[in-house]
Amino acid sequence: MSTYVDPYASSRETTEGTVFAVTGGDWDSLVTEIGQAKEERVVVNMGPQHPSTHGVLRLVLELEGETVTEVRCGIGYLHTGIEKNTEYRSWTQGVTFVTRMDYLSPIFNETAYCLGVEKLLGIEAPERANQIRVMMMEFNRISSHMVALGTGALELGALSPMIFCFRERERVLDIFELVSGLRMNMAYVRPGGVAQDLPKGATAKIRETVAELRKNFKDNEKLLVGNSIWMKRTEGIGYLDLAGATTLGITGPVLRSTGLPWDLRKMAPYCGYEQYDFDVVTADTCDVYGRFLIRIAELEQSLRIIEQACDKLEKSEGQPVMVADKKIAWPSQLAVGNDGMGNSLDHIREIMGESMEALIHHFKLVTEGFQVPAGQVYVAIESPRGELGVHLVSDGGTRPYRVHFREPSFNNLQATSAMCEGSMVADIIGAVASIDPVMGGVDR
Amino acid sequence: MGLEEKLPSGFLLTSVEKLAGYMRKNSLWPATFGLACCAIEMMAAGAGRYDLARFGMEVFRASPRQADLMIVAGRVSNKMAPVLRQIYDQMAAPKWVIAMGACASSGGMFNNYAIVQGVDHVVPVDIYLPGCPPRPEMLMDAILKLHDQIYVEKLGPNRELVIKNVEAAALAALPTHRMKGLLA
Amino acid sequence: MSNDERGSFGIHGTGDTSGYGGLVRNQVSPGSTERPFGGYFDQVTDDLERAYPDFADAIERIVVDRGELTLHIKRERLVDVALILRDRLKFENCLGVSGVHYPADTNRELHAVYPLLSMTNNQRIRLEVSVPDSDPHIPSLVEVWAGNNWNERETFDMFGIIFDGHPGLTRILMPDDWQGHPQRKDYALGGIPVEYKGATTPPPNERRSYK
Repeated sequence: MSTYVDPYASSRETTEGTVFAVTGGDWDSLVTEIGQAKEERVVVNMGPQHPSTHGVLRLVLELEGETVTEVRCGIGYLHTGIEKNTEYRSWTQGVTFVTRMDYLSPIFNETAYCLGVEKLLGIEAPERANQIRVMMMEFNRISSHMVALGTGALELGALSPMIFCFRERERVLDIFELVSGLRMNMAYVRPGGVAQDLPKGATAKIRETVAELRKNFKDNEKLLVGNSIWMKRTEGIGYLDLAGATTLGITGPVLRSTGLPWDLRKMAPYCGYEQYDFDVVTADTCDVYGRFLIRIAELEQSLRIIEQACDKLEKSEGQPVMVADKKIAWPSQLAVGNDGMGNSLDHIREIMGESMEALIHHFKLVTEGFQVPAGQVYVAIESPRGELGVHLVSDGGTRPYRVHFREPSFNNLQATSAMCEGSMVADIIGAVASIDPVMGGVDR
Repeated sequence: MGLEEKLPSGFLLTSVEKLAGYMRKNSLWPATFGLACCAIEMMAAGAGRYDLARFGMEVFRASPRQADLMIVAGRVSNKMAPVLRQIYDQMAAPKWVIAMGACASSGGMFNNYAIVQGVDHVVPVDIYLPGCPPRPEMLMDAILKLHDQIYVEKLGPNRELVIKNVEAAALAALPTHRMKGLLA
Repeated sequence: MSNDERGSFGIHGTGDTSGYGGLVRNQVSPGSTERPFGGYFDQVTDDLERAYPDFADAIERIVVDRGELTLHIKRERLVDVALILRDRLKFENCLGVSGVHYPADTNRELHAVYPLLSMTNNQRIRLEVSVPDSDPHIPSLVEVWAGNNWNERETFDMFGIIFDGHPGLTRILMPDDWQGHPQRKDYALGGIPVEYKGATTPPPNERRSYK
């Protein structure tokens, strides 16, 4: 230990050894001091702003050379207080907040919340609404996996899959825009059904998109599946077996990569999923490559479900998409007029001219909202990342008393330490990309 | 800054301004500061269909030291605000900031304890882009408007004059809470 | 839990000319349910009683509502019940901790809700623990289900419930030096008034509300 005290490079003794605070400009004194130290453990901060950490995730690494001895995640950089915000809004307005949590799968957030509200109300959404929900959810699964694969490949150095994946995602976003009006954060699924019916010719456009997607997914497969460089970067990396996954409460593709075919769409079907014919994809290698293959195969299964949903939608043309109870159903029908989008003129004529009750219902539902009987409920669905659960507590009023989301990314991120300690720095990127955390869901 | 700032005002400075403006706007490199949903639309703007590469901007520099433009895309929480400021400080002048989306411009729909109500509380913003999230075409429109601003940006003594005039106008302007009759 | 709601609008005192100000609606949360519970709930509670003879002491209430079983457990017995549920009844998966704050429920203000999932039997139940504000301690379940680590940190951060035995109970979502626990009902939403063209809109927690 030198006795020279540098005002810019302080060092202090701790139980872990000498800790140097490096601020720059002091390299010569730092190097002399480190040269006299026994071990070389470096604490590196992969800070919240980083191109490869999948959003605002902070990873604090302790390195010995290139090997990682400890990994700790720092989260909370995107905490928005959404759960508290919903307590100040009506039950329907909660959908617009909740849809922005896990921003890559907005329809899943909305559907989980609406299924919870419907369970509390004791109502069932009509069949056509469920078919539309299933179709939108599977399209959302495709778009979410596209971002996961694209950004995962980008972080590991493969640049073309990013462009391919975003090209396919644009096709899916076109469908979202056709059906709901928005590309992302649509607030389309409402308690009681969906906001509005499909436009004319939607099923034809959907079938056309499905055919194009099926053809273009092969680009990614031809590039990466079996690619020896890709396999060297992903095989054996991020290993987490079934015992580890169950202890940590992991669900989703990470759990299915250990071989367990646990998928809530089969185990506890919701929205009519038991009527659809699809397979649960598993892998048994428990590594990043296995999860990558699972996501690619799930794309094909989602396309199968969408085709079946299209068949059902064509048969159920003209049926209602909102529950029949006028005291709950969202009243307005939207249409594009010459001053933008707003209530359709038919609806305005009905509430202003024809029916007093319709006017009262519209007024009360839009200002106050419907009342939900007291109680609590937990509903879970299978989002692209795992089990998305929502715990709703109602005190009998028009506003939620407590909304808590059990986000799969939040629980899955705890596996980072188990997966990465002992491997090299470059493998952390692959492991985190395979968990596919979405920080909006983690921090809420 | 550079030599161009030291030129005396006159014909030479005006020509250098035009040249510098042209060069700067045509190869503006963004820093990756994607936070939430707007980040996905920013990535879509850089991807195949809405191509940012035609403006020279497809290289999203990971290191702020190599970037000119910070597109704050997404909601900035109180925990993230010091990080945002640090990244902004690490960028070298000349630098510009686009606040993309409603949350970055003003806090958006999240008027609560956790979100900074507008990123201009933390960094100076050149362009505010509303939307939740704004379409990639809207982001490109904002970038093009920024390009126009950069093209006419003055240097050296001309710039000091502009700054003085803008400050005098802002001090003399009518504050928003005194503007009446606008809601009608 | 039941709380009386008075009035149809959020205004008190003057301002309510509708005549509905005298309206009294009694909101009652579902209370204890009698056997038979229906479905697999009977089998689960029977197995639990057989495996844990002191079950009657540990349990405060069993509620079956909207097709879901909730066991209200005393906090001292929480770890025992959790171990039995995990090892004997095969509830291998705990889906996190959700805190709820009921300020009206004196001496039982803070609730922690643990949804449990048994993948072997495809069953779901829920455990609920209530603690008073003055002594917000709950034994930690990290030893039983390791995945509860961050969830307990989040519940501590948001509600102030202290989990005894947690390996590292620190704030996880808020900055490390934040004061207060945001999702409690006595913590304000923290919004600011928004000014637009001469008019000001108050933040969501100060606007007129409907019950």
